[in-house]
Amino acid sequence: MNTTTRAFTALLAVLALAFAVAACGSSSSSGSDTTTGTSSTDTGAPTPAADTTMIKKDPANAGKTLTIGSKNFAEQFILGEIYSQALEAAGFTVKKQLDLGSEQIALKALKAGNVDAYPEYTGTALTSFYRVKTQDVPADPAQSFDLLKSDAAKDNITAMPQTPFQDTFVVTSTQATAKKYGNPTTISELAAKAGSKTTLSGFPECRQRTDCLLGLNSKYNWKPKFVSSQGKYADLEAKQAEFTMGFGTDGEQLLKKYVHYADDKKLFPPYYVSLLTRNDAVPKLGAGGQKVIQDVQKPLTEKVMAELNSRVSIDKKKPEDVAADYLKAAHFIK
Amino acid sequence: MSLPCPDVAGRHSGFVDAFDLIFHHRESISGGVCVGGPGEIGHLALLHLEVSLVAVVIAVLIAVPVGLWLGHIRKGEFLAVSVSNVGRAVPSLALLAFFVAFLGVGFTNVTLVLTLLAIPPILTNTYVGTRQVEAETVAAARGVGLTEAQIVGQVELPLALPTIFAGIRTSAVAVVATATIAPLANVQSLGTPILEPQTYGDAGQLAAAIVVALITLAVDAGLGMAQRAVTPRGLKVGTHAPERRRRFSLGTPAKTETT
Repeated sequence: MNTTTRAFTALLAVLALAFAVAACGSSSSSGSDTTTGTSSTDTGAPTPAADTTMIKKDPANAGKTLTIGSKNFAEQFILGEIYSQALEAAGFTVKKQLDLGSEQIALKALKAGNVDAYPEYTGTALTSFYRVKTQDVPADPAQSFDLLKSDAAKDNITAMPQTPFQDTFVVTSTQATAKKYGNPTTISELAAKAGSKTTLSGFPECRQRTDCLLGLNSKYNWKPKFVSSQGKYADLEAKQAEFTMGFGTDGEQLLKKYVHYADDKKLFPPYYVSLLTRNDAVPKLGAGGQKVIQDVQKPLTEKVMAELNSRVSIDKKKPEDVAADYLKAAHFIK
Repeated sequence: MSLPCPDVAGRHSGFVDAFDLIFHHRESISGGVCVGGPGEIGHLALLHLEVSLVAVVIAVLIAVPVGLWLGHIRKGEFLAVSVSNVGRAVPSLALLAFFVAFLGVGFTNVTLVLTLLAIPPILTNTYVGTRQVEAETVAAARGVGLTEAQIVGQVELPLALPTIFAGIRTSAVAVVATATIAPLANVQSLGTPILEPQTYGDAGQLAAAIVVALITLAVDAGLGMAQRAVTPRGLKVGTHAPERRRRFSLGTPAKTETT
């Protein structure tokens, strides 16, 4: 099968991206490269500069214990492992609680001090924790992050700087379906061409969310028949629906057989990841620990994250090993 | 955008909030739609009962005849018991996902999953209930000239009914509780508020759990009453109980002698 070649080329892409970002990070400390993302990285300038990116064990961190949490799906497990293993390399004693269920449970665990930090999506935190209505979430990533930062501060939580990648909703179909409707590229074109005589599958919650089906109805005037299902790409394969609500960093998004459509009217709010940290734990992390967190997430573009997710969701590898491979490939650990 | 329902953010908490969601509609957590209230919760409860009832009825139609037949021929204990144990070990959520490939999502898929969940307790109980009818009773029935079908219908079934009903009760309770996974396969049920936290919030999860628990208790109580209702008739037909009472009374004079 072509899965092996796909995995191989993707691995090369990860390595190239990792090297490129590492090179950027070492040459200048401006840090402005994190938001511009993938454009320059495709060239993959082969300058490893391994020594400067390697996480150094800080004796001052010895005996400091941190508990890292995560919610219960592949991307969260991987992120939890990346942060945990990086902090371990920096000399912290790290305990893992990587199966906290939904965001409400994760937030309670964080507030109660059962975990010191866990990765959360900006859009999710704003709408779910701080009751910001979806249409009121700023479309600008920096603005939505600032809003989260100030809201979280009231809960004695520090929102660490956000990741370069975001994991937002993407309307996805197979190549065949795209062809059938004349290869539209945006959701607007899709709505005009596919009309309402089509089907869209999504997780049950999508049905009544303004940043999901309700928004597609009102903002794009696209009213497909909704199929409530967890199947995602399997729904497309089983012909349960012509379109599905995927996530931008799903491993399947890398496969050639799927097409996704641009959110040209900016319906979906930003879903970048911020490591939410208890204020109590921030001094324990110190400047060194915080730098480690920011450094290890710098190479995480949408492509890289999707590749890491695909290794868990498609190749059935353990998140623990996927995270370790990533940290090694990006020269954070040996 | 103004909605014909209030935004109740932070007005109540815990159980008060959950009951408020059952009785009054409100704006959803992420906004843009009204949720809750007796209309919606009642509608979801009806859909929930519908899929549960269909599943239990199909399970009864399959498991009772098979259990009666196996119990009557007094064979197939291994089949009846192992089918049940395997059935109980397979998680319904996994079955739901598994059947998507063959049946797609929808009412058929959910009904099949719930039926498979309901069959084991009914099958085992029907088998055990039929099997435990005493051999002399069956021999006597055969002796007075009843056909095999009449023995099953007029002797074994009535005597086994209380045990069969106990099985149906166990199944129904499990099915009503499990029907909360139905929205994962495009069937709305009381699982909807549980599976849509960003729409219904904590209050919705708790509210749906309360309503499911109440329905479960009601179903259990209702079938319990039905079980009691069928018990005396079964014993009367079998003329089983008086004999037993006599046997017990044989022991008592011995005791009185010693005092």
